[in-house]
Amino acid sequence: MLLRHTPTEIKEREALTVNPAKTCQPIGAMYAALGIHGCMPHSHGSQGCCSYHRSALTRHYKEPVMAGTSSFTEGASVFGGQANLLAAIDTLFTVYSPDLIAVHTTCLSETIGDDLNQIVGKAQEDGLIPPGKRVIYASTPSYVGSHVTGFSNMVKGIVRGLPEKSAAKSDKLNIIPGWVEPSDMREIKRLAKEMGVPVTVFPDTSGVLDNAMTGRHEMYPKGGTPVADIVASGGNKHTLALGAFASEEGAKALEVKCGVPFTTLDLPIGIAATDRFIQKLSVISGKPVPESIADERGRLVDLITDMQQYFWGKRVALWGDPDQLVALAEFLVDIDMRPVYVVSGTPGKAFAERMEKVLADIPEAKCKNGASADMFLMHQWIKNGKVDLLMGNTYGKYIARDEATPLVRVGFPILDRVGHTYFPLVGYAGAIRLLERILNALLDHKDATCPETQVELTM
Amino acid sequence: MSMPTKMPDAAAVKESILAKYPVKVAKKRSKAMVVNDPGAVPAVQANVRTVPGIISQRGCCYAGCKGVVLGPTRDIINITHGPIGCGFYSWLTRRNQTDPGEVGPDGENFMMYCFSTDMQDENIVFGGEKKLRAAIQEAYDIFHPKAIAVFATCPVGLIGDDIHAISREMKEKFGDCNVFAFSCEGYKGVSQSAGHHIANNQIFKHVIGRGHTRPDGRYVMNMLGEYNIGGDAFELERLLESCGITLNATFSGNSTIGAFENAHMADLNVVMCHRSINYVADMIEKKYGIPWFKVNFIGAESTAKSLRKIAQYFEDPVLIERVEKVIAEELAAVKAAAEEIRPRTEGKLAMLFVGGSRAHHYQDLFRELGMTSVAAGYEFAHRDDYEGRRVLPTIQVDADSRNIEELKVEKDPTEYAPRKTTDEMETLVQHGYEFNDYDGMMTEMEKGALVIDDISHYEMERLIETYHPAVFCAGIKEKYCVQKMGVPMKQLHSYDYGGPYAGFRGAVNFYRDIDRMVNAKVWKLVRPPWQDTPRITATYASA
Repeated sequence: MLLRHTPTEIKEREALTVNPAKTCQPIGAMYAALGIHGCMPHSHGSQGCCSYHRSALTRHYKEPVMAGTSSFTEGASVFGGQANLLAAIDTLFTVYSPDLIAVHTTCLSETIGDDLNQIVGKAQEDGLIPPGKRVIYASTPSYVGSHVTGFSNMVKGIVRGLPEKSAAKSDKLNIIPGWVEPSDMREIKRLAKEMGVPVTVFPDTSGVLDNAMTGRHEMYPKGGTPVADIVASGGNKHTLALGAFASEEGAKALEVKCGVPFTTLDLPIGIAATDRFIQKLSVISGKPVPESIADERGRLVDLITDMQQYFWGKRVALWGDPDQLVALAEFLVDIDMRPVYVVSGTPGKAFAERMEKVLADIPEAKCKNGASADMFLMHQWIKNGKVDLLMGNTYGKYIARDEATPLVRVGFPILDRVGHTYFPLVGYAGAIRLLERILNALLDHKDATCPETQVELTM
Repeated sequence: MSMPTKMPDAAAVKESILAKYPVKVAKKRSKAMVVNDPGAVPAVQANVRTVPGIISQRGCCYAGCKGVVLGPTRDIINITHGPIGCGFYSWLTRRNQTDPGEVGPDGENFMMYCFSTDMQDENIVFGGEKKLRAAIQEAYDIFHPKAIAVFATCPVGLIGDDIHAISREMKEKFGDCNVFAFSCEGYKGVSQSAGHHIANNQIFKHVIGRGHTRPDGRYVMNMLGEYNIGGDAFELERLLESCGITLNATFSGNSTIGAFENAHMADLNVVMCHRSINYVADMIEKKYGIPWFKVNFIGAESTAKSLRKIAQYFEDPVLIERVEKVIAEELAAVKAAAEEIRPRTEGKLAMLFVGGSRAHHYQDLFRELGMTSVAAGYEFAHRDDYEGRRVLPTIQVDADSRNIEELKVEKDPTEYAPRKTTDEMETLVQHGYEFNDYDGMMTEMEKGALVIDDISHYEMERLIETYHPAVFCAGIKEKYCVQKMGVPMKQLHSYDYGGPYAGFRGAVNFYRDIDRMVNAKVWKLVRPPWQDTPRITATYASA
């Protein structure tokens, strides 16, 4: 037994988190910043933060993740980190020539009260920012929210720093895709193109964290949203914020700053959420949904009808980030599976309210988010009432092995399998892939564990 | 072996790299990059602040304390006191293996768990002591561990939570659970190294010496600075057992707190990773009279040498003979593998930029493959790890290191017992033993090789472009940059999820992995075929 000390009996905890279903803000800010072309993320804090975030993202993406750090020492922690950040800005521009630097804070620099607005102003005054280059920033205290909050805050930072107000509105839409994989961002762009809708997707890590092997290391790979496109996003006609937790704040900020109206949608994971996304694209752009997209949807529905017997009534435990969980749970309910346990470390009442609606037909479902909503609790729930399938990040493999329950890896981080950077989960095609993986997990498990008399050739 | 001919001039390479930096940065980095001369080892700048923004490999004090030294001990509940991130990122990511055996009272294993106080903004504003106290209580109530350790993250030191007082209070309250704390805030020191030192101090103060059980066996020793990455400790345990040597405590691969408590019951300490654990070795010697010397179980030759050194220390001909027999048996397979593989690796170049000892130790394995280490450096080492402990008196302690406590250790009034008399020690020294010593990396590297401390990303890219090494060794953050450049990259923190690489069988594993990496066909697939085909400028005319 790997998790041999997890008791079945559940004791209320108020202070101790065990096996968290979240991590801290700055990593989300770093990920969002990587989605701008030519951008160097920068962590204003101790070296360890930057090292941990780069390592975690690298293990998940199997790609280079470049970022700077202010390398705080005890002295900087006492006297403030201004000198360190100014030195870092100078070194980064001189040695690595980014188009822009996206600074985020940490619990350390937040606790001592470093003011990024003032420090970046000083860098400008001192001539440390070369002409035509920029420094944007976001406040991302690790002791508030989660990594999802950090992503959202950096998107807000991007909006504060780059888009410009424009009197004339273009036909383009902005899409803030949320914290999804490069493959998902690529798929969102493909769907928009298929619809004939011109879009600016930002941030966009496709072509950055799924980069080709060429024999050269590109400090700034060809992907990422061009700065000029984000600057122009203030003149676009509408913003779609995908995922309330990761994207809505950024869209709201863009509305306030440049008057671009926005709509918040769920992440287009699964059939109903993708339907809403496609319909919204169609309504806002005035473009009809093309037959090719209807065909994609049709293939998805066809698969569900073909394999419906294997989905029906299966109990699923889910953990991860709120935007993913909302859409995923809705999809599972749509295919007659039963998401019975849902856990997210990310706090926010909106999640609980939304999940209550999504899980209205699953009276036995337990859902918890925020403080002490962790994987330890979820494992205890499972010990008290088994599930047929686990869906979540790689840390679930220890539960999967102990409980002899199949695991479909979704979310962050996925450290021990590939695929998430190449194949999307969003859109109808993404839903097909998700179902393929759910079926493989369930059917492989059945093949490996059912009585020999019941091994089926055709399934 | 010597440096291959037609190598770039290292001094010129250094100058060209420095030219890119702002003036102040160039001046600083210049002292951290030296051209080696094993006969007259030059001074290298080490253990000083990293230049902000330069893109370093380094992590923080917390990582060195909680992640490295304490991480591999399975039966301590390690609570990270801070926001969630630090605990999350150090959760199972160091891949220290452990073998707790069957579920039961002796089979405690908390290594798959992450424990955190998950501090929120109100804890930062009003203090986190109450939450920490409650978290320790909850951990005790749910898990009933033998020990609970508390690790401070950056904000804890700033807001002034007294983690040591709370730990003392809870330890007294429980009575059957040792509770102790580490002030290892990330901003302390200049790298993970400060965290190693803090971990050493607290383990020495709060754990070592609490037990009174000596394992059975005539030759009882501890192994310090071995973290069981990829099962290295398992392999060494097997090897030592077949020699008849009893391993008492390992700091800290595959370890338990009980073994730590009894560490002073052994007769010898051998040190693998000098950087991370030399403090404990020194302090145990001072307090209990157990001598230590440096060993290296990375590389077949080094393993044989280290085993002989241990056997001869115990001065028993029976042991010496048994060790020779084991070496002879084990070396047969190693030689066969080396002979098969060496023609495919001979003459190739390697670079190693990692850790505080591995960049040195792994050069032995490359030497056994006929490969030359043309450039190497540590991520968080000190000058003594490069130049040898002889430079210790000349090292200037700067403001960043001065804040790390140096424990005053005296002979234990009852437990101090020198394992060797002064005469015996002198005789051993005359026979070539170097107690309390380490010669460092540079005496064993080629003349003209580049030694670079705390290498930056930029420097790494320039080295690779200039030397085109056959393999580059570093960590996960460097892994895919290097490979994008078409150069196979070996992670020497995690071993790329392979191993073990220690001992004789480990050496064979490493030979095979390097053979696979440098000879894999994929590197030839990088260039698409059409890139080399001249463009077709004419087409057939239609008939």
